[in-house]
Amino acid sequence: MGIIEGIMLTVITAATPLLIAALGELVAERSGVLNLGVEGMMAVGAVCGFAVALETGEPWLGVLAAIAGGVIMAALFGVVTLIFVANQVASGLALTLFGLGLSGMLGSAYVGRPGARIGSLELPVLSDIPILGSLVFGLDPITYFSIALAAGVWFFLFRSRGGLVLRAVGDSHASAHALGYNVIGVRFMAVLFGGACAGLAGGYLSLVYTPQWAQAMTAGRGWIALALVVFATWLPGRVVLGALLFGAVSILQLHAQAIGVGIPSQFLTMLPYLTTIVVLVIISRNRLLLRVNTPACLGQPFVPDR
Amino acid sequence: MRLELIRRPAPSTLMTVLSPLVAVALTVATGFVIFAAFGVDPLEALYFFFVEPLTATWSLEELVVKATPIVLIAIGLSVCFLSNTWNIGAEGQLIAGAIFGSIPPIFFPEWQGPLILPVMIAMGILGGMLYGAIPAVLKVRFGANEILTSLMLVYVAQLLVDYLARGPWRNPEGLNFPDSRPFEGWQLLPKLFGTEIHLSIAFVILAVVVVAFVMRSTITGFQVRVIGEAPRAGAFAGFSRNRMILLVFLISGGFAGLAGVSEVAGPIGQLRISVSPGYGFTAIIVAFLGRLNPIGILIAGFVLALTFLGGEGAQIMLGLPEQMTRVFQGMLLFYVLACDTFIHYRVRVRTKHAAAAEA
Amino acid sequence: MKRAITACGAVLALALAAGAAAAEDKLRVCFVYVGPHNDGGWSEGHEHGREMLQEALNDKVESSYVENVAEGPDAERAIERLARSGCGLIFTTSFGFMDPTIAAAEKFPEVKFEHATGFKTAENVTAYNARFYQGRYIIGQIAAKISEAGVAGYIASFPIPEVVMGINAFMLGAQSVNPDFQVKIVWVNTWFDPAKEADAAKALFDQGADIITQHTDSPAPLQIAEERGLHAFGQAFDQIEFAPNAQLTAIIDNWGPYYIERAQAVLDGTWGTQSTWYGLKEGMVVMAPYTNMPDDVKAEAQATEAAITNGELHPFKGPIFNQAGEQVIGEGENLDDGTLLGMNWYVQGIDDQLPQ
Repeated sequence: MGIIEGIMLTVITAATPLLIAALGELVAERSGVLNLGVEGMMAVGAVCGFAVALETGEPWLGVLAAIAGGVIMAALFGVVTLIFVANQVASGLALTLFGLGLSGMLGSAYVGRPGARIGSLELPVLSDIPILGSLVFGLDPITYFSIALAAGVWFFLFRSRGGLVLRAVGDSHASAHALGYNVIGVRFMAVLFGGACAGLAGGYLSLVYTPQWAQAMTAGRGWIALALVVFATWLPGRVVLGALLFGAVSILQLHAQAIGVGIPSQFLTMLPYLTTIVVLVIISRNRLLLRVNTPACLGQPFVPDR
Repeated sequence: MRLELIRRPAPSTLMTVLSPLVAVALTVATGFVIFAAFGVDPLEALYFFFVEPLTATWSLEELVVKATPIVLIAIGLSVCFLSNTWNIGAEGQLIAGAIFGSIPPIFFPEWQGPLILPVMIAMGILGGMLYGAIPAVLKVRFGANEILTSLMLVYVAQLLVDYLARGPWRNPEGLNFPDSRPFEGWQLLPKLFGTEIHLSIAFVILAVVVVAFVMRSTITGFQVRVIGEAPRAGAFAGFSRNRMILLVFLISGGFAGLAGVSEVAGPIGQLRISVSPGYGFTAIIVAFLGRLNPIGILIAGFVLALTFLGGEGAQIMLGLPEQMTRVFQGMLLFYVLACDTFIHYRVRVRTKHAAAAEA
Repeated sequence: MKRAITACGAVLALALAAGAAAAEDKLRVCFVYVGPHNDGGWSEGHEHGREMLQEALNDKVESSYVENVAEGPDAERAIERLARSGCGLIFTTSFGFMDPTIAAAEKFPEVKFEHATGFKTAENVTAYNARFYQGRYIIGQIAAKISEAGVAGYIASFPIPEVVMGINAFMLGAQSVNPDFQVKIVWVNTWFDPAKEADAAKALFDQGADIITQHTDSPAPLQIAEERGLHAFGQAFDQIEFAPNAQLTAIIDNWGPYYIERAQAVLDGTWGTQSTWYGLKEGMVVMAPYTNMPDDVKAEAQATEAAITNGELHPFKGPIFNQAGEQVIGEGENLDDGTLLGMNWYVQGIDDQLPQ
């Protein structure tokens, strides 16, 4: 495998968990709900996925369990913020705290045990085509799914009636309610979808990326996913670009070190975060784009008048 | 039959008092179940979590030490959150305060005298304000989302202090250990009355009083609240939203910076690769737990510090996992947030019949 | 309600006091961990040591731990709390606990403290550490024998003397086989982030290394080596389960015997302050079985291990040159422990700049 090919493959896999989690959060935010608990949901997804895969010997059951774990956490968040109309920022932080603690308790029996890896597809003939072969046909199934997911989310949001309703709920819950849409119901579904995606992203880490489980193995990736949503101005295509960009900067700084550039590694490690800020600033200068795409009711609780 | 929330005409005084008590009761009840599931005596566990830290002088002192930075930051953040601006990066501003505040003793290690500490504290506050100004300026000037930029800057600050403590600011006599030279004499915050409590507790009390006064009785406080609750009304009244964003970021950054310099000049006594176990994030929770009210925050900060200390006791005496502390804190916050709903809303039970009649 | 709780508390406190009295003849040995007790790396190594201690001296010792203790004020509080709760011997197992341990020891002169990987001692504080660099010299030799490319990848955590010492020992071991051997170093700025460690491993392999080693805690780099069909070494534990075909050997942290020795010393009344730096000879550093390598490489590794164990070979034996080509120590001499513990320079042949 050549070095360029290797780098590209690594970047794609590094981007996948960020992409999946960010797509879920994007849908939730488009409906007007800001869930800062992505990190907690990912952690619970990672531990549920790993534990079930190990106990049953079926990695795919693990994937389902990871999704389920994320959904349950999201439901908790939904109840507190949508039914009890609690502050979303605070509830999201509580969810992260709770999720990190809970995952540590659930997973204490699973530390230091090797899990089953969901490998890459390795299609005969096709995967053997130089460069393109492994890039296009040699990835793991969840990575393919994540790309389909991005397309699916785009189609749903901008080409389907359901997406129109969801965006209407996010842009003006009062009008959507007046038109007879069930604002709370739509938001709850969107939050659950966000949880499913975060859970899957966590499962990707513990089942595909590094088939093992340890406390805090999500290591802040949930926060990066959150950042990507804003970075992408709530557009699925840009989430894909953002995830790849973030992945590329994080991987390339490792390569820069291996070559020996002589810059203190702390500064190289800062690069992905600084890049995110700089790109965000550039994007944000286009205020029209922001105004069109920012869900106007983001973070605002809704209580039907009657 | 279904339940509906109906907004109360005015916040319920009864529920304002009752809500935190109910939340604590629910947390205790849930804790009871969890502890029983873990096979430990729930009463014993609850005793270690919530009562034991209050039974000795040393632990009361430690409680103050632990709560000090959290409350300081949370007070600043409450002003920010009240104006509907989301500074999630207090942790980074705390680190910036610690770095700036460490400049005098690291570059002038021989400097002693009554002047150095005030200079360090002023530098710390300045550092926090400058670091807090970055997301504010990016927001005002370019419209960049402040949640994202302030959070990203936390990572940058963590790596920067790591670099400084391991590299250029490393103690030349420390066998290359990644700490700065220890601060000495006048460079340290004095301890009060022979206890472990540093002078920084005075900053906390001052902060509570000043912020409570400003928010309640000054025009600025009024503006913050108006812009937070009804930005349109604020705009009509001629309040500048941009000025307000800058102001609240400077305030919250300054408080976080003060907390940072108080840590390095207080309990830590030097600049280290890490100067905070996440106080900047804990403070967000405390700000909400205290309902963005200075007195409430003071109480909430102590409650959270109590769970930290209690969690340690439960580990030592009962072998409960450390993660239990975080589960508890998350749970407590959930219950408080949910219970607070009933301050502003009441529940109405609607039967199908009534609903149909109304339609 | 509040009064009822307080009353409950008082009753419980009495009950506990009675319980404590019953256990008084046992020595309480307490541990402070910087990570979770089951982090799969550093802290878990100490936890295994604690379990060995508990098993070996079960009728004389009662042990407990506090985990996930942040370095700084939290550490001092946790250590003091252990001292207050009746611990007679306290092990603080992270280098950042050094100053808090010294501070706590001043307040509790009757309690014995042992701090891992530091250099400060006191009347009632002992410093202890393991000579992991001995193992790193051996794996350096193996790497140079196994590698076809002549290039190894090294995933490093933070530029502290302990890690730099490990890199140098690895390189010296490799150079003893192949003077032109190269090592590529990546600093990940974390002790534990499996995905990032995996990324670093991939980057190093993509850059032409065909063997890697790591000074971070997770087995992720081994898993990547396994996936690529290349080789790597285990860290802190025998991690062969994670990489049955890729792991060549592992440097195992084995604290148990030391903990038993020291607890026994307290029980016998012979405990005294000292600076302990044990290695292969004393069994604090143990090599996992040599696997997945030809017999001659294995035989040579075993010979090196034996030579280091019986003191014939010191990994940092002169002559040693630094990157600038200056001789640090001459023929026939070994670098002293003080220099090793404060090491912040690379040996000649490492083509990289040490972050300063």
